[in-house]
Amino acid sequence: MAIEISEKTIKHEFIDRINELSGQDIYKCFQCGTCGGACPMSGQMEILPRKIMRMLQLGMAEHISELETGWECASCHSCSVNCPRGIDLARVMEAVRLLILRKNINKIEPSRLAEAVVRELPQIALVAGFRKLTS
Amino acid sequence: MKVSYYPGCTLKTKAKHLEDSALASLAALGVEIRELPRWNCCGAVHSLADDDLIHHVAPVRDLIRAKDEGSERLVTLCSMCYNTLARANLLMRNDEVKRKTINDFMTEESDYQGEVEVEHLIPFLRDVIGWDNLRAKIKVPLTGMKIASYYGCTLVRPQNVAIEPVAGKIMNEFVEALGAEPIDFSANTLCCGSYQVLAHPDSVADVVGRIIESASRAGADALILSCPLCEYNLLKKQEELLEKQKIGRRMPVFYFSQLLAMALGLGPESYRPDMSDAASVEFLKSKNFSVESAAVQA
Repeated sequence: MAIEISEKTIKHEFIDRINELSGQDIYKCFQCGTCGGACPMSGQMEILPRKIMRMLQLGMAEHISELETGWECASCHSCSVNCPRGIDLARVMEAVRLLILRKNINKIEPSRLAEAVVRELPQIALVAGFRKLTS
Repeated sequence: MKVSYYPGCTLKTKAKHLEDSALASLAALGVEIRELPRWNCCGAVHSLADDDLIHHVAPVRDLIRAKDEGSERLVTLCSMCYNTLARANLLMRNDEVKRKTINDFMTEESDYQGEVEVEHLIPFLRDVIGWDNLRAKIKVPLTGMKIASYYGCTLVRPQNVAIEPVAGKIMNEFVEALGAEPIDFSANTLCCGSYQVLAHPDSVADVVGRIIESASRAGADALILSCPLCEYNLLKKQEELLEKQKIGRRMPVFYFSQLLAMALGLGPESYRPDMSDAASVEFLKSKNFSVESAAVQA
């Protein structure tokens, strides 16, 4: 599917908001792909973090909100400690998630988790998961 | 020097074997750490958004409790609690503006500026007891056990809270002090997928498979760690992976403190085999450690 990218499609306010929330400068990214190579979850990711960074630079707010990548992030900071440009990508991914979560959209619904799973999981899994994946 | 101890939620239930083995070992080593009389959940993860200060309140409140106790250090056993508390502590120490906002918000608490040192038990053992001292107190050396130390992420990332600059030394030294053979493996800091077990369980299985295979290929008999979420993921996902024949065999998994208690000659009521999985218990049996635990209720 063709994606139109032009001056008109670039959402500058979206870029500003991501930079503000993450405290990072997404324009620093030069597309080396080290983040995806370091990411433990990248094996199952359709779109790698490098591409997300490029889409962020192009202000593709709607496209990014439909992708799974930010939700697959485990906030392990492997990308952040390996980025040669010093971008803390874990913070960028958090900003991507928060812009959706703050519209009261949950990625997982706690009330719909199977009882057996809730019973079995360590508390830190539930607390961390709810913190990162629910509004 | 006064040292407070922060257990965290999981150590009182699902990871009671981490707490019991660590506290019994410290008692045997003659070190006193006192559990904070009041504590709350640390939040398990550090908030990464610049405008999100409310989620720092929980860990900072715990730090204030330690300060109010007159403690210079706050020791943790759980890797996630360590990471969350240590990062909140650095925020309070280094960010003047956020510190003021958080302190002003918590009007009922004393002001906090990062006075307490947050420390994980592994570096604490090295710095306060020392490997030579520990070696001298070992009653049952774990001779012949090949142990791979799995750090995961929260003990080593981000850099400003890492327990050592490059992972691989301190836990190997610990293993060596117990008389066991440390095994290096390449996936020792590969994240296990953490809380993604809730949303992307297959991705977690995939990465757990890589961790287990890496340790297995390096020749490890068993793996040690200090995070209850890593323990859960590594044990749970191994069941699935074995069924799908994606791993060759089950790798026993222990908390570092369980091996410590065993090497110090403490009984099963301390190292709690009753809370370990079947493969790990079999491993203990094969090494002639008692697994008959006098019913200890969690």
